[in-house]
Amino acid sequence: MTVIGWIQILLYCAIVVALAKPLGGYITRVFSGEATFLSPVLRPVERGLYWAGGVDETREQHWLTYTVAMLLFHVGGFLIIYGLMRVQAVLPLNPADQSAVAPDLSFNTAISFLTNTNWQNYGGESTLSYLTQMLGLTHQNFLSAATGIALAVALIRGFSRSSMRTIGNFWVDVTRCTLYVLLPICIVYSLFLVWQGMPQTLGAYVEATTLEGAKQTIAVGPVASQVAIKMLGTNGGGFFNANAAHPFENPTALSNFVQMISIFALGAAMTNVFGRMVGDQRQGWAILAVMGVLFLSGVAITYWAEANGTSLLTSLGLTGGNMEGKEVRFGIVASSLFAVITTAASCGAVNAMHDSFTALGGMIPLINMQLGEIIVGGVGAGLYGMLLFVVLAIFVAGLMVGRTPEYVGKKIEAREVKMAMLAILVLPLMYLGWTAVAVVLPSAVASMANSGPHGFTEVLYAFTSATGNNGSAFGGLTGNTFFYNLTLATSMFVGRFFMIVPAMALAGSLAAKKSIPPSAGTLPTTGGLFVGLVVGVILIIGGLTFFPALALGPIVEHLAMNANTLF
Amino acid sequence: MLREIRPAILILLLLTAITGLAYPLAMTAIAGAIFPKQAQGSLIEKDGKIIGSSLIGQDFKEDRYFHGRPSATLAPDPADSSKTVSTPYNAANSGGSNLGPTSKALADRIKDDVEKLKSENPSTPVPVDLVTSSGSGLDPDISPEGALFQVPRVANARNLPEARIRELVVQHTQGRMAGLLGEPRVNILALNLALDEASK
Repeated sequence: MTVIGWIQILLYCAIVVALAKPLGGYITRVFSGEATFLSPVLRPVERGLYWAGGVDETREQHWLTYTVAMLLFHVGGFLIIYGLMRVQAVLPLNPADQSAVAPDLSFNTAISFLTNTNWQNYGGESTLSYLTQMLGLTHQNFLSAATGIALAVALIRGFSRSSMRTIGNFWVDVTRCTLYVLLPICIVYSLFLVWQGMPQTLGAYVEATTLEGAKQTIAVGPVASQVAIKMLGTNGGGFFNANAAHPFENPTALSNFVQMISIFALGAAMTNVFGRMVGDQRQGWAILAVMGVLFLSGVAITYWAEANGTSLLTSLGLTGGNMEGKEVRFGIVASSLFAVITTAASCGAVNAMHDSFTALGGMIPLINMQLGEIIVGGVGAGLYGMLLFVVLAIFVAGLMVGRTPEYVGKKIEAREVKMAMLAILVLPLMYLGWTAVAVVLPSAVASMANSGPHGFTEVLYAFTSATGNNGSAFGGLTGNTFFYNLTLATSMFVGRFFMIVPAMALAGSLAAKKSIPPSAGTLPTTGGLFVGLVVGVILIIGGLTFFPALALGPIVEHLAMNANTLF
Repeated sequence: MLREIRPAILILLLLTAITGLAYPLAMTAIAGAIFPKQAQGSLIEKDGKIIGSSLIGQDFKEDRYFHGRPSATLAPDPADSSKTVSTPYNAANSGGSNLGPTSKALADRIKDDVEKLKSENPSTPVPVDLVTSSGSGLDPDISPEGALFQVPRVANARNLPEARIRELVVQHTQGRMAGLLGEPRVNILALNLALDEASK
């Protein structure tokens, strides 16, 4: 670890925190329906959309209607992506002559983009046409992100409203989020990325003759427009197979730094939106502090582990850390930081191959996802995930003092705790359950690229990443098989929607409750005690759930590595 | 609930058209006008022919050129399309080795590479980036140490003084951005092009 490395990390944190307040203010205005500086241009487009869709923007929805609208929206999204992949061979904008994608891979990819996971069983430049990348993937990058933010805002309305039956209008929330928040930022952002060296062209792959006279086919495409929303919307699905490690998908140290900021920007701002909407910004800062404690602990461990390298490298006298699977322009610190950010948020873009990380360095990304991606988390999804843990923490605190717990003016009762537990328990059921199935099926074991405990970690990582809607991978695992395409798609689906539906039920039940003013017996939820309590609950629930699985994977591997055992 | 079906179709289709067609096509047009070179892939031409991209590494094997890092990229086997074969710096199929810290295959590969490099330049410690494969398999850079390590071999193959080659390496070393972000590095293709110029 170096001083300059830590300065980069702290500068990063400072910028993310500094952006949270202005962005949070802007997003709050957008979701309150207020005019913004973009309204003169965008308001006519917005009204046109409502007119075509027959949406009355003043009519709000019950939580159940809101949820059904969201699900219907996804059915259509699924059909568009699946259909495009199946028939891309006969559609235009296919200069590399990509053939139709197999049904199971198309199914997996469609679910993957719908759920904001963007798991890459597809190979990017070797599988998809430009049209599929744009009309299939880029559009769903926008809409799954807008959906996540809309749902988080709906849950916040549950906390901030008193005795109401409705939690907002899904169509209005999704439309406003896409038009006013995501699209304007992406337009500026993608131009910045092109300036840094990212291609943005519909031209065919380039045939080059190298200095030594060999032929090199260089894949290009409309990369920047997709990468902008891929990072901002914490989607993470790469245009290229190597994702943000590819020099075209992340050309410079500056593009890397800005990409890292854009992963956290909206998620961190959502905590401020929460604070503003419940009428006390300190409530938002307290939640961001919980996230910050967990985040910096993770960064410290991964950076330390990667900078130390592996016992193999040290025994050969190679210094400079574990550079296998990392790019020279990023080095150890920017690769370690990126890995922790991308898994703390549900982004899943990678600028280095996590499969080649040291055992402990690769364990932190795994833990980040297993905690439910609540450390900033996916846009929207991170906040509603975190609020579920807050409900539990408040409940535990209530048990300790024998009082009905309350949070930002709402009593937390049996129904709220049940919904929170349901959402939290369904995640380990998926990733532990499917991992257990996979390791006893010979055909599934055959997909592992590494043997020994590292192979086990590959499988555990895959199901964790899918369930958490992350999308990063221990990429050695051959996931494009019938078994993994289907089981991973199931994990992504359950991980997304079995979390959303209880969260929306929670929103509905909270909105219907009366707000009560804080009394002398109310636990203050803006101070250090509260932050410590939430961190504790997250680590205890998380730790008890997945520690045994970690012991079989990365922990055993770390011990084996120190004993110079190879597999 | 039935009244939600119309927006589920129409709002979806319209937002899809905006974000999936209008936005990427507009960005392609604007980027092509403002940053034409980058938008096409930062291609380098020499004598009217495209010789590569300044951002994409190439598989240099000859002694007279600086070599890049090991690359784990693959391509379909010409003999059997269901299999893949090692094809370093295949810019149509990026990817890393994905071998973990306790992998025997990785250990063997690194040991072999270290042996080879030591025989080429026994007096200098082997820089780690020269024996580890990059995440993309297309890394255009090596560390300044990795370039200086290769100076004796290149000087020997080109019959040029080492000092002259070392000077070129120093000229092509890029520092951290603003002294802070990223790592110092040397772009191999740019260095090798300059080397060819210097040897004329």
